[in-house]
Amino acid sequence: MSGQILMKGNEALGEAAIIAGCRFYFGYPITPQNEIPAYMSRRLPEEGGTFLQAESEIAAINMVFGAAAAGARVMTSSSSPGMSLKQEGLTYIAGAELPCVVVNIMRGGPGLGNIAGSQGDYFQSTRGGGNGDYRNIVLTPATVQEMADLTVLAFDLADKYRIAVLVLGDGYLGQISEALTLPKPTGKVFEKPWALTGAKGRKPNKIASLRLVPETSLEELNLVLDEKYKEISASECMHESYLTDDADFLLVAYGTSSRICREAVTELRAEGIKVGLFRLITAWPFPAAALQKAAVNAKNILTVEMSLGQMIEDVKLSVKDPEKVDFYGRSGGMLPETDEIKRRIKAYGN
Amino acid sequence: METKNFKYVYDKPEALVDNVTHYCPGCGHGIVHKLLAEVMDEFDVREKAIIVAPVGCSVLIYDYMNFDGCEASHGRAPAVATGLKRVHPDNIIVSYQGDGDLLAIGTGETIHAANRGENFTTIFINNAIYGMTGGQMAPTTMENQITATTPYGRDPMDVGFPIRGCEILNTLEAPVFIERCSIHDFKNTLKTKKAIKKGIKNQIEGRGYSFIEVLSTCPTNWGMKPQEAADWVKDTMVPYYPLGNFRDN
Repeated sequence: MSGQILMKGNEALGEAAIIAGCRFYFGYPITPQNEIPAYMSRRLPEEGGTFLQAESEIAAINMVFGAAAAGARVMTSSSSPGMSLKQEGLTYIAGAELPCVVVNIMRGGPGLGNIAGSQGDYFQSTRGGGNGDYRNIVLTPATVQEMADLTVLAFDLADKYRIAVLVLGDGYLGQISEALTLPKPTGKVFEKPWALTGAKGRKPNKIASLRLVPETSLEELNLVLDEKYKEISASECMHESYLTDDADFLLVAYGTSSRICREAVTELRAEGIKVGLFRLITAWPFPAAALQKAAVNAKNILTVEMSLGQMIEDVKLSVKDPEKVDFYGRSGGMLPETDEIKRRIKAYGN
Repeated sequence: METKNFKYVYDKPEALVDNVTHYCPGCGHGIVHKLLAEVMDEFDVREKAIIVAPVGCSVLIYDYMNFDGCEASHGRAPAVATGLKRVHPDNIIVSYQGDGDLLAIGTGETIHAANRGENFTTIFINNAIYGMTGGQMAPTTMENQITATTPYGRDPMDVGFPIRGCEILNTLEAPVFIERCSIHDFKNTLKTKKAIKKGIKNQIEGRGYSFIEVLSTCPTNWGMKPQEAADWVKDTMVPYYPLGNFRDN
């Protein structure tokens, strides 16, 4: 398919997964991501794949565990309350080093919250989320185009590092329709000699996170994982700098809130105010070095989130002078306002 | 050992690893592991087999089986087995689960995998107690049974009656084979093997979900000697959990 087409974010993500070679999807209905399972239930049979509506989020992520252990490219998707349930599976997936893609189209919380878009799951996503020492790669699209592009990337990263890759969108990105060019398959092939396929002509393979006995100690596993996480941190950080070189003021945001920031930058620049935007594309690994560099000459840094302040902790850890870091956020499904961002930047003065 | 003048008439199954298990004396797991391994050999499917281990005493079953093995978090073995089987429909997948795993924390996964008629085989070890965590009440703990968390005996008015797994699954349309067996004596152990064999055969033939419940022993947590434990299965468990075939489609 060439040229641009109009698609909903959730559906573009589903098609991108199929383009990336995902042939197994397990999920459970929850708003505002329901277009993903609906899309997969229609498209996967056409591609000879398997769509299965699980009896729960917990069952779905454990079906993902099984399919990933079998060596397949597999995906599940959910939204915030459902992601809480999936954390059990995610920590086992981390310990067993299984590749998979998990989509979280965030909604307002805590608890049942509401069904509007939110960025309240930053902590849960970037800190592991379940028990134990582990991380997941977290990709944060800001457009429907990126919902598709980053999903294709997610499958390659998952296979490359044997890790769960989270695509962290929000309800607005899931529901919005935009023009996009569908991505192409990357063509990368990852051998999976560890996968469970039956011990024909080889020793039995085992997929497990359990490390009870000293000769394969748990600390040893954790150190192996830590090395992997360090390698990912060194190699896979992604961000976008928008008019940051000469900026007196720096906005830091990701996803939907970064789009609002971008509009504020355009309007403030038109008034002669030098403001730039540092946008995360990976929330973990956090692009700390790039942010530190982008923030060097900024007098003030305004972190803008659809939460009451989560990413700001990573921003403060990254910049040389954390006292320059300020916060503006809306939560519970509300959106930050362009005018308020402009007002705050202007209030910093010259 | 010099064996040229001897003929092997009985040997350890190839599907069983030559390993010392961590199981207690008189525990039923070792017996059922061996039955499963023998069945895998008899169908010559060792190289296609994948065992899904539960959380519980048999969590390390993949260290004892000479074929591929997969961990599952507590209660999720049927979901993990579903994922494996959907990717590799020609492999032979067995979910091996204890009573806490199958009828408490994993009740939902158990019922729904059975209800979908997933083409794998479940072996359900019912020993009326949580073994690995130190003898707490299981969903199948008998009325008045003393456990670490029922020091005054299981009171059904407080924590409910023991749950019967075969009977619950027998309300579903999809399962093709449901049978309750026991390993408390040799005769019943042979019946157990026959049931496991049928469960694996069904899977090889692509017929759907098979469920084999095995009443088993836990002398350590029951505070009994091995023979007392076997007798307790016969005298206390069997009357409440009737042995026999519930379905053979």
